[in-house]
Amino acid sequence: MAEVGQDRPSTGSTDSIVRFTNVQKTYDGEILVVKDLNLDIRRGEFLTLLGPSGSGKTTTLLMLAGFETPTHGEIILEGQSLRSTPPHKRGIGMVFQNYALFPHMTVAENLAFPLQARRMAKDEQETKIKRALEMVELGAYGGRRPGQLSGGQQQRVALARALVFDPQLVLMDEPLGALDKKLREQMQIEIKHIHESLGVTVVYVTHDQSEALTMSNRIAVFNDGRIQQLASPEELYEKPQNAFVAQFIGENNRFAGTVKEQAGSACKVALDSGDMISALAVNIDGIGGRTSLSIRPEAIYLAPAEGTCDNIFEARIEELIYMGDHTRVRVDICGNNDFVIKVPRGASHVVLETGTKISVGWRSEDCRALDAG
Amino acid sequence: MTATADSPESAFLAGNNTLKSRLRRAERMRKVWALALIAPMFVFLMVSFVIPIASLLKLSVEDLEVSEALPLTVEAFKAWDGEGFPPPEAMQVFAQELVVAEENKTLGSATRRLNYSLSGFKSMLKKTGRKAEDDLAGVPADQILDAFIAIDKDWGDPAYWRAIKDAVGPLSDFYALWALDRQRDADGDIVMRPSTQSIYVDVLLRTLEISVAVTLICFVLGLPIAYLLATLPTSRSNLLLILVLLPFWTSLLVRTTAWIVLLQNEGLINDTGIWLGLWNEPLELIRNRFGVYVAMVHILLPFMILPIFSVMKGINPWHMRAAESLGAHRWKAFLKVYLPQCLPGIGAGTLLVFILSLGYYITPALVGGPQDQMISFWIVENMSSTLNWGLAAALSMILLLLTLVFFFIYNRFVGFDKLRLG
Repeated sequence: MAEVGQDRPSTGSTDSIVRFTNVQKTYDGEILVVKDLNLDIRRGEFLTLLGPSGSGKTTTLLMLAGFETPTHGEIILEGQSLRSTPPHKRGIGMVFQNYALFPHMTVAENLAFPLQARRMAKDEQETKIKRALEMVELGAYGGRRPGQLSGGQQQRVALARALVFDPQLVLMDEPLGALDKKLREQMQIEIKHIHESLGVTVVYVTHDQSEALTMSNRIAVFNDGRIQQLASPEELYEKPQNAFVAQFIGENNRFAGTVKEQAGSACKVALDSGDMISALAVNIDGIGGRTSLSIRPEAIYLAPAEGTCDNIFEARIEELIYMGDHTRVRVDICGNNDFVIKVPRGASHVVLETGTKISVGWRSEDCRALDAG
Repeated sequence: MTATADSPESAFLAGNNTLKSRLRRAERMRKVWALALIAPMFVFLMVSFVIPIASLLKLSVEDLEVSEALPLTVEAFKAWDGEGFPPPEAMQVFAQELVVAEENKTLGSATRRLNYSLSGFKSMLKKTGRKAEDDLAGVPADQILDAFIAIDKDWGDPAYWRAIKDAVGPLSDFYALWALDRQRDADGDIVMRPSTQSIYVDVLLRTLEISVAVTLICFVLGLPIAYLLATLPTSRSNLLLILVLLPFWTSLLVRTTAWIVLLQNEGLINDTGIWLGLWNEPLELIRNRFGVYVAMVHILLPFMILPIFSVMKGINPWHMRAAESLGAHRWKAFLKVYLPQCLPGIGAGTLLVFILSLGYYITPALVGGPQDQMISFWIVENMSSTLNWGLAAALSMILLLLTLVFFFIYNRFVGFDKLRLG
């Protein structure tokens, strides 16, 4: 991907803490789970590996932690190749999906484990354990067993344990997957704050795109063993580089068509229904190539005033779904009957009624012409 | 609520009562059902387990042979304080009763019992019995002791008279002390038996030694297998599990005799070794401790593997990875994180193997030498060969107490609530 290359700092930059170079991984010798991965992780950043299951994101994390060996390529941590470094010598903190707290030890003993492994003095251990527990607001829970804690509290202990020995790099493998929605959102903010206050580098794996958008400095979207796009949350949402990213992050209306004209970054696309749409040329194959158009539901106007939109079509309202703060309007437009428009509460002066026809418009800059997907 | 308008309170109470009684009735039916369902099992356990064991254990503290054969003598000896010789009148009663018992041939078990107290008593009593009618009947009180001594000079030793008094029962610690190589001396103090009769403490220690060794060997061999079973992919671990369980489907006797075929002097191992030139003379692989260990470990290994395996199966495999990511070497991670979580299974496995070992009989009897026989062998020996049921029962009681003691110690240190038998 071109975007990956753009984000890569110049060679030898001290800015990077981890570098993957041409890394490949196969488990069975037939299918590559990770295909030619090149990735620089910047010091102090919160990087999320986002993707559907089987996309290679967890394998990437496990290779970095040392639990899997790359079939090809190299991983460099702090300028040192990790090829012959066993997991226990990498000094990387890790938070596991199921917490992996040791049930036969108390919370304090769990936190002491990495410190004892480093032969730290007893009083220094106690100071660090105390500080780590206070950081996750569990100061009074040192004597409890993990089994006596709630899921959210266990998650905090796991977090404290991964941070207590002051690692430069912390890996988190879907750490919030087992929590309920409300707690998950609360923990997202908490982890984000801890990351900001400690300045530690975090590599976070999730399949939840809203979690990724909330927490990350940068997001690497994985699919089919490759990074599809590596960018900040804003850029990823507003400027997806290909159909997969546009589809995976946020909601998305799609049209399939053929490029008819191209002038710089503008292009005209003929849909299969015959309609002609003006779009922003992002990732197309030139005139005559197939493309898929992507428009966010909130970038669409109902009954737009003349001149505000360069794409205006007539649509039939198929369904209205009241969502409280907004209404989702599903319309049939240009041969696509699954086209969704988000109308904020009180924003529309048009009376919406199922079965009626309205005019719908969007600007060509909001309509991105991507690969055929 | 069933309250009516005119008397709400009483109606409510009445309604409440009927509700309670309805509940009781419903519960009673369920209880009766539950009892009916467990009744066959309960009866079976009582008949086949509790009653036989209890009656056997009763034998270990009973001492009735002498009082059954010589009831009047026992009554007469009660007046005697046990010092010196019994009063002559008591001796006369004894002489009279010997005559009757000799006629009715009811002296057998009593002579055997008295012989346990003092060897030589049996032949002496038999001789005395035969001559009782001629030499003892009607002898006056002042000559009765001399008459006894005339038949056998040992009657001049007060110890023999004392032995009769000590054997009057109905309860005694005679067999229990014997099972620990002890007896009471003339003063009633507990002393060692003569060394020629002292074998049971040795046997007991040997039983413990073999059980501990077998348990340790099973643990050392079983732990890696259990770990392999728990960590291999299911298809391969199932095959391995079948191999572990395979011995269960063969009779204990067949497995033990198979070891004889393998280990004996002209057995498979010795023949192969000699044929390959590894050794020239047949190795002593059987009729010794080595053979006992091999055969017992083979039979008991699954009892160690299965509980440990079932516990290991439940341990989160990510714990090892977590420990490694926190800076612990693989070995340290295993010792500090994995092994402690296996303790309930290890506890169950060692307890099972140890307690099963304590009671082993057939295997040591078949593949062990005379110095490898465990306490169960001597229980059987006393029951079927020497017919000393009292001693057999006392040995059984000691075995049972030993087992209970180990259960208790185990509960103290590991706790049954943590036990996982699989």
